[in-house]
Amino acid sequence: MAKVKGDVVIDIEVCKGCELCIVACPTDVLGKSKQVNNKGYQYIVKVKEECTGCESCALVCPDAAITVYRKKKQAV
Amino acid sequence: MKELKLMKGNEALAEAAIRAGCDAYFGYPITPQSEVLEYLSREAEKRTGMVVLQAESEVASINMIYGGAGCGKKVMTSSSSPGVSLMQEGISYIASAEVPCLLVNVQRGGPGLGTIQPSQADYYQSVKGGGHGDYKMIVLAPSSVQEMADFVSLGFDLAFKYRNPVMILSDGALGQMMEKVELQPHQERSTELLQEWATVGRTPDRDSNFITSLHMQPEQMEEVNIHLQNKYKLIAENETRVECVNCDDADYIIVAYGLVARVCHNAAQLGRDKGLKIGVIRPITLSPFPTDYISKASEQVKGILDVEMSAGQMVDDVRLAVNGKKPVEFYGRMGGIVPTPEEILAALEEKLVGGK
Amino acid sequence: MEEKVMEAVNAEENICVPENLIYQRPETLLDVPMHYCPGCAHGTVHKLIAEVIDELDIQGKTIGVAPVGCSVFAYQYLGVDFSEAAHGRASAVATGIKRVMPDKYVFSYQGDGDLAAIGTAETIHTCNRGENLLIIFINNGIYGMTGGQMAPTTLPNMKSTTSPYGRDVQTMGNPLVMTDLIKQLPSVYYITRQAVNTAGNVRKAKKAIKKGFQYQDLNKGTSFVEIVANCPSNWKMTPLQSNKFLEDQMFPYYPLGDIKVPEKEVK
Repeated sequence: MAKVKGDVVIDIEVCKGCELCIVACPTDVLGKSKQVNNKGYQYIVKVKEECTGCESCALVCPDAAITVYRKKKQAV
Repeated sequence: MKELKLMKGNEALAEAAIRAGCDAYFGYPITPQSEVLEYLSREAEKRTGMVVLQAESEVASINMIYGGAGCGKKVMTSSSSPGVSLMQEGISYIASAEVPCLLVNVQRGGPGLGTIQPSQADYYQSVKGGGHGDYKMIVLAPSSVQEMADFVSLGFDLAFKYRNPVMILSDGALGQMMEKVELQPHQERSTELLQEWATVGRTPDRDSNFITSLHMQPEQMEEVNIHLQNKYKLIAENETRVECVNCDDADYIIVAYGLVARVCHNAAQLGRDKGLKIGVIRPITLSPFPTDYISKASEQVKGILDVEMSAGQMVDDVRLAVNGKKPVEFYGRMGGIVPTPEEILAALEEKLVGGK
Repeated sequence: MEEKVMEAVNAEENICVPENLIYQRPETLLDVPMHYCPGCAHGTVHKLIAEVIDELDIQGKTIGVAPVGCSVFAYQYLGVDFSEAAHGRASAVATGIKRVMPDKYVFSYQGDGDLAAIGTAETIHTCNRGENLLIIFINNGIYGMTGGQMAPTTLPNMKSTTSPYGRDVQTMGNPLVMTDLIKQLPSVYYITRQAVNTAGNVRKAKKAIKKGFQYQDLNKGTSFVEIVANCPSNWKMTPLQSNKFLEDQMFPYYPLGDIKVPEKEVK
């Protein structure tokens, strides 16, 4: 079986911390940073590694701040 | 090769638009200019492929002009006074975004719904910027059916040369009356004008083109205004047009434009028959106004009479030009009445000669 | 080279490499921050338009028309030629563009104040002529840019700064359902109502926008894509609350789905 592993890269300066991605994520990978960006927004960060690369977070992101990667990896 | 025809002013203008290679006309019916839309609906598409569209209102048609002109195409509309009032917002946007286009106002008597008879009461609206903000159109005032036709291609040339809206300010009589007109040969429709600023689809070698009048930063907005004012100055230096008849030896000068200037020529002749040396100055461009010309001409005369089919609008600009050096009097009829040569001569004698 | 392989084996594997890239900011969405409030649907819809333009490879053939409203600056974010229309006149401007450039893809992007209040006449007549263009209608039931005044689409009893006690339908009229008006017009080819509040809805909205562009190849009439959108700031809600309000209040009044579809779907 191929195991899907995904990852996201968030442009924290573009992110406005609206949290739409947090609720969109089926595996609760995303959370809010305690830091703020240059605009003063508490941006979104990855808090877990269970990303499946489903794109949901990126799709709902109004600021196109999220880039998604996905790899099909052979199970060991 | 001369091609002479007997035509209505509105039809001559429409025919000239086809021959000038106009790409599109967007308009709405209103008396006394509906023949323009009718003529073009009948003739234009089958002859040159020109787009002719009857819009749902003048508000829509001026905005279709804004869109089409933004593509760098030769587009025009025509209307009459109340319809042109509706277009003022759009004209302000067009002037600010600097899209070239041709607008025609076949004036009728106002204010309000008014009358369908000829008038010159939209002078202020046309030359002072009828919409909001500091802008100017180039305003051409024909006084014959021939000029109704000739000013179409002149208007397009000026519009594209300066990226500015041009208005032909006519009236109901010029639009409706028939005269002999010499038609210009057909020009190709240059459908690919390829203006570098136009919204025609972005090519990889450039950034997107915007047609916009929005500048949120005041410094930026002022810069745009300074640019526009400099452009208007340049237009005034280069494009002021005026016609002068029998002014060299004149003791009195009549200033009049458009249809009524023709009546003034007759009045001047009547005066000369009686021994009064009268000349006529006819501004052909109302904006830019021939201020310097009138200023100079006023030096050698005893007085100036401004004649209009209005309560006296252009007379303000004549007075500014003369600047108190000589008496400037006004005679006008309103509401769609064209004054007679006798009336005009009598007014001149009473207001200027009689005062000696 | 050798070291990198070792790293990958030993440490957490970095999969963020070009060959694994599956979703990124579309090229047509310019790399500038958008001025929209956090969570605002405008950004999402802009992104979808950009994705569609990229996928259809029509960046050089597309001309957009921006309205007056929050999306007045759409032209600063989308890398295509753009005309900025006067309030309410976007459809008329788009008509002018499409009529002189019939081989280009033309779309107007309009809010509810622009399209359904001051520009109602232009909207109806553009649709009635069946202009071969796409109208994208952002309906969030409120005036965003001017600060939360009542829109023609504001829900009954919904509060705004000009209906501070809630929209009283007796004196302020009922919400104007634009699709009900234009679906009567035979010249309209495609009408749909979508939303971008969930990943699934985003996918559907993108398909709808894509059709609106593709149908222009057929020259069959106007496409009208309404997006029922949120306005967290002027609804005085968090983005998440605003999405809940969409589902609880807006969607029942403005149900999502196709309203008029062509008999034969294009691929």
